[in-house]
Amino acid sequence: MIARTFNRIVWALVLGGAVFLAARMAWAGAPVLGALLLAAALFAAWVYTSARAHAPRYLLPGLATFAVFVLMPLLYTVYIAFTNFSGEHLLSQDRVRAWFAQDLYAPDDARYAFRLHPAAVPGQYQIVVPMGAGDLGRNLLISRPFTTNEAAAGQPVTLALNVVAPTAKPLGIRDVVAARPWLNRARFTPPGATTPLRLVSLRALGYRLPLWDEQDGRLVNALTGKVLVPDPERGNYVDKTTGEPVGPGWRVWIGTENFRLIFGDPAIRAPFLKIFGWNVCFALLSVATTFAIGVVLACLLQWKALRGRAIYRTLLILPYAIPAFIPILVFKGLFNEGYGEINHVLSALFGIAPHWFTDPWLARAMILIVNAWLGYPYMMIIASGMLQAVPDELYEATAIDGAGPWTNFAKVTLPQIFPPLFPLLIASFAFNFNNFSLIYLLTGGKPDIVGSATVAGTTDLLVSYTFRMAFKDSSARFGFASAVATLLFIVVALLAWQQLRWSRPAPAAKGGR
Amino acid sequence: MVEGKAYRGRLVLAHAVLVGFIALVAVPLFMVVSISFRKGNFAVGGILPTPETFSLEHWRMVLGLPVLQADGSWEAPSVSVLRWFWNSVKVSAVSAFLILALSSTCAYAFARMRFFGRDKILGGLLILQMFPMVLALIAIYSILEALGRWIPALGLDTHPGLILAYLGGIATHIWMIKGYFDSLPVSLEESAKIDGATPWQTFRLIMLPTSLPIFAIVFILAFIGLVGEYPLASVVLQRTDQWTLAVGANSFLYEQNYLWGDFAATAVLSGLPITALFLACQRLLVSGLTAGGVKE
Repeated sequence: MIARTFNRIVWALVLGGAVFLAARMAWAGAPVLGALLLAAALFAAWVYTSARAHAPRYLLPGLATFAVFVLMPLLYTVYIAFTNFSGEHLLSQDRVRAWFAQDLYAPDDARYAFRLHPAAVPGQYQIVVPMGAGDLGRNLLISRPFTTNEAAAGQPVTLALNVVAPTAKPLGIRDVVAARPWLNRARFTPPGATTPLRLVSLRALGYRLPLWDEQDGRLVNALTGKVLVPDPERGNYVDKTTGEPVGPGWRVWIGTENFRLIFGDPAIRAPFLKIFGWNVCFALLSVATTFAIGVVLACLLQWKALRGRAIYRTLLILPYAIPAFIPILVFKGLFNEGYGEINHVLSALFGIAPHWFTDPWLARAMILIVNAWLGYPYMMIIASGMLQAVPDELYEATAIDGAGPWTNFAKVTLPQIFPPLFPLLIASFAFNFNNFSLIYLLTGGKPDIVGSATVAGTTDLLVSYTFRMAFKDSSARFGFASAVATLLFIVVALLAWQQLRWSRPAPAAKGGR
Repeated sequence: MVEGKAYRGRLVLAHAVLVGFIALVAVPLFMVVSISFRKGNFAVGGILPTPETFSLEHWRMVLGLPVLQADGSWEAPSVSVLRWFWNSVKVSAVSAFLILALSSTCAYAFARMRFFGRDKILGGLLILQMFPMVLALIAIYSILEALGRWIPALGLDTHPGLILAYLGGIATHIWMIKGYFDSLPVSLEESAKIDGATPWQTFRLIMLPTSLPIFAIVFILAFIGLVGEYPLASVVLQRTDQWTLAVGANSFLYEQNYLWGDFAATAVLSGLPITALFLACQRLLVSGLTAGGVKE
């Protein structure tokens, strides 16, 4: 009973905190977010105080984090695959409008030379603006004394006509330059005016007016009269006469345009298909090499007459025990064309120095070698497990027939272990299909494909290709990268689904390296 | 035996193959240790450092001790690799622990409770987890940015934010733990239920103590997987003193600034404890891998 009361008090406090945060969000202009937070907190409170909701109590924390950090990013990625989100279309339309509104100009016909005087009170200043040429000393606009803090804060300083002038001499140009940081932010209001005067050069005050005047959604340039109209399909303001986009764009829904680009634009399709082909080959060859090495080693270690099997096993697992990024980067250094140890040895022995990073085929070979090194222990471990399940009677039966080790392996071992291993091989394929770290850390996808419209490398996998397109390219094509990502996800999800069907009741795996 | 001589020959051959293969596999590991004791960052030397090329400068740098600079002065490196090591251990250990907490509770519900759409959710989790994290980076970045606006401690460039993003990767762990729960007999729980235990008591007092081996496996696999995680950490963490080892180690190998020796010392320093941890738990992990086969 006490525990129950305590539980309720805790949840009341949590709800209180959620209400507070939601109110702050609503106050800061994000009411939807606040409402969602409140709803989530209410649901959680219900789950943990209700006597009926048993399963959700155990599921909620895990599934909620999964929803926020896997499901939401996934849906968001699929969503932006249908937009033009990119470095050039980064903002919302409101922010683009605000960007144009910040564009100011100083009209040339309204510039007034000024003098900056120290005021009678130390630390205060006064501005004097002579009005009209030749009238020096008679018609003067004179500001009230103000402090530098007031000016820096942009507090309006009133100017009045022909009030008592400051007695001190005006400051020289050097002192005006020094005063610029706060003088730049100062605003002076002449009598009867609404737009404040501000610094437009070191010697003159003037007006700064918005360059673009908004008239029912259009933007009209105050200087040239150029008219910009918003194009909701492209997500840009475009010049009304030429149709050229002007300024930054905003994000709009463009339907299947990105997908059409992948398959339609030859400068994109060709590298895309090339990368896709290499990706499939890479995953297949990686599974094949690691499987072959792993199974052979597992069979050797299975041999009871062999001494020191435990030591062999430990040493053979070593590549799997080290965090993958370390050996990948070590190999990157060892294979280095100029000062890598591998070429050092090769040139000493055979007088050759292969271009591991500049020749596409050698780069691919290097990737497969490194991945075999990284991945065989996993295959060895799981093959060992499967080998233990092969009944000894089968070998006894073949021994009577006088079968050698090779026949044993081909006729007994392989047929026995392959079917149960198959789902794990699929998992390994799926893992290697998206083996980002290997490619990104080893070659970075280079050498690049010549004549491609986007960044694309001969050793890129689709996953590193999209990563580079979104994060390492100056045009940051998020929308297009997301479209590739969505296609990629469909491929891998189908594989996972198949694997799930094959490997029912046993738990499925994502393993391999 | 009839085939005595051929048999012995094969045994010798097997030893030769294994020793040869291990020697080949060990070359890069051996090289990296050797390079970490070699003077300079570019120098190409023999396989072993000679007395002339032997130097502890990279190890001094990695441990944050003053290093002789090009201008002849001694200066400590601005960011110590030990700091990155500590960041990695902290982030990975906390994440692995929380992942264990989240996935074991979920697995318990999936293994022992009946509710609507159970199998569909279970399968769905696994398929959705196949979506590579790398591609969702834009979204995760925006989520953390938005979160940081309201709760600064969970925003970008913070360790709690990175940990939070790591917690999404629980699907495979749920599957592994659920598989283990499935293999436990229900009789014990049922008798506890008859004695009036609530589901939470059953979970805490019966399931948790009997499942420690699988928890150890999940914890260690999650920990090792996260120590090696690069893309998410490289996008979320910006200040160098917040970096994890994977991000920091890669920064030694930028094309413009290629610090081979410093990298080697970093690799050995960071690789050793994790490799030792893995080998110490080898038997446990191998049994876990053969049962479910998971490593990210």
